[in-house]
Amino acid sequence: MIRTSTLLAALAIATASPALAQQAPAVDPAKVDAAVKAAFPGAPADWAPRLTPDETMKACSAHNNLPPAPVAQAITAREKATIEYPADGNFIGDWKRGEQYAQSGFGLRFTDYPPRNRVNGGNCYACHQLTKVEVSYGTIGPSLLKYGEIRKFAEADAKLVYEKIYNASASFPCSLMPRLGANKVLTIDQIKDIVALVMSPDSPVNK
Amino acid sequence: MHLSRTLFAAAFMIATLFSTAQAQDADTERAIERYRQMLKEDPWSNPGLLDADRGEDLWKAKRGPKAVSLEQCDLGKGAGVVDGAFAELPRYFADADKVMDVETRILWCMEKLQGFERAALVRRPHPGGGQPVRELGALATYVASKSSGMKFAAKLDQPKERETVALGETLFMRRSGPFDFACASCHAESGRRIRLQGLPFLSDPEAARKVVGEWPAYRVSSTHVMTMQHRMFDCYWQMRMPELELGSDVSVALISYLAKKAEGGEIAAPGLKR
Ligand code: HEC
Ligand code: HEC
Repeated sequence: MIRTSTLLAALAIATASPALAQQAPAVDPAKVDAAVKAAFPGAPADWAPRLTPDETMKACSAHNNLPPAPVAQAITAREKATIEYPADGNFIGDWKRGEQYAQSGFGLRFTDYPPRNRVNGGNCYACHQLTKVEVSYGTIGPSLLKYGEIRKFAEADAKLVYEKIYNASASFPCSLMPRLGANKVLTIDQIKDIVALVMSPDSPVNK
Repeated sequence: MHLSRTLFAAAFMIATLFSTAQAQDADTERAIERYRQMLKEDPWSNPGLLDADRGEDLWKAKRGPKAVSLEQCDLGKGAGVVDGAFAELPRYFADADKVMDVETRILWCMEKLQGFERAALVRRPHPGGGQPVRELGALATYVASKSSGMKFAAKLDQPKERETVALGETLFMRRSGPFDFACASCHAESGRRIRLQGLPFLSDPEAARKVVGEWPAYRVSSTHVMTMQHRMFDCYWQMRMPELELGSDVSVALISYLAKKAEGGEIAAPGLKR
């Protein structure tokens, strides 16, 4: 299984990496929250939730992204429950639009306000290699080159990719990948388009 | 002034290198490497030195509603002592009852000594692309340059200082916002990058010692000096967080945490960045 192997890889990295193995220092959480609130005085009212971590973020920060088993199980259970699926049961949209969303880092930054007539991006290339032609890609996440081809374009894998994009922490507690659907960065239709980019035979990801 | 000739040659060289290289980050990296090499051979060719000069003039000029200079500003080593002061910052200041980094301290002096209004100074404290660093940033560049060649030696061992560093570490790990990011999402491993931009493993002393001492830095991609407060502001922008206030406890805590990690590293300010 992919997930077990990535998890094992992450654990291997963690043991090799002193910063991750180290425990977070004990600072009164109320003091931290107060300092954060004071540090962003210009935050618009509807941005207030951004200042405070939710349960999952709190647990991940407290354990430096390596939650012990019971915490990890609580996270995956909670995050799985957030996933909304396409009404038509189809996970594959239009890869051309998907490529645009994968390239775009637009959205939700304070310079993106007031909102313009432009949809948010998923910024996949910030962290992943996807196509051969795009050489400007990051390496925080694994390469996704030929992702669909390797998986024989299986429908079950398209569903897993949909779930990964919707909520990365549902299958990998404390993943560094943002929960793009659950956090309302991307819509269900956008996620389908990006799944097409990763999974369809005619997508440049699989050429 | 004796820097001008080399400086203009350097500015010209950067302009020609980067006008064609802008689109290609890999080329940009190579160009920066060449430029870094050139800087080593001739340290006077860093355009950031113009801002250090401007900062020195600002430091000595009688300014503000009270028309006094900053020469009575105590950066921690006594009123008016600039040499080596940056190397021991951030530190606790009894008069303000706060731990302060260089920019926060200069801000404090501009407010208390010169009578400037704090709110006006922190309203838009950072330059946009292509604009020169603002006055506070130029002052910080001047002060930092006067510790260039020294080692980071902020002790940060007093109770308030230790508290500040611990807060910084907690903030470094603290996830929040719609992208679930913490500083650690991007800076807790070596060899990773976002697109083609390398991400230093900042909680690793070895890596921190290499990069933290280069701030404030002349940033080639935006053609101005960027200060550490501005760097924090920009990383929070990427994190989809609101605008970080200059001088806020969060900014000072993160900078203190970074300075602690960089302890013993050499200061080479103003440095040069992508
Ligand atoms: C900030 C970094 C980041 C961003 C942005 C990001 N990812 Fe990821 N991604 C990761 C990391 C780290 C992993 C490995 C951990 C995991 O599986 O959650 C990952 C895992 C994945 C996987 C599973 C890989 C496997 O091993 O099977 C897929 C598929 C994926 N990402 C697709 C995407 C797509 C598509 C986007 C854009 C919509 C995206 N990611 C955006 C960091 C990121
Ligand atoms: C989404 C990714 C991301 C997050 C989260 C992030 N940074 Fe950064 N950071 C970057 C990138 C990319 C650069 C390099 C930018 C460049 O090359 O222009 C950088 C540069 C830096 C630098 C300068 C490093 C050098 O080479 O001198 C410091 C210091 C820094 N970040 C600190 C932080 C702190 C503190 C936080 C949390 C408040 C943070 N970063 C959060 C992406 C991030």
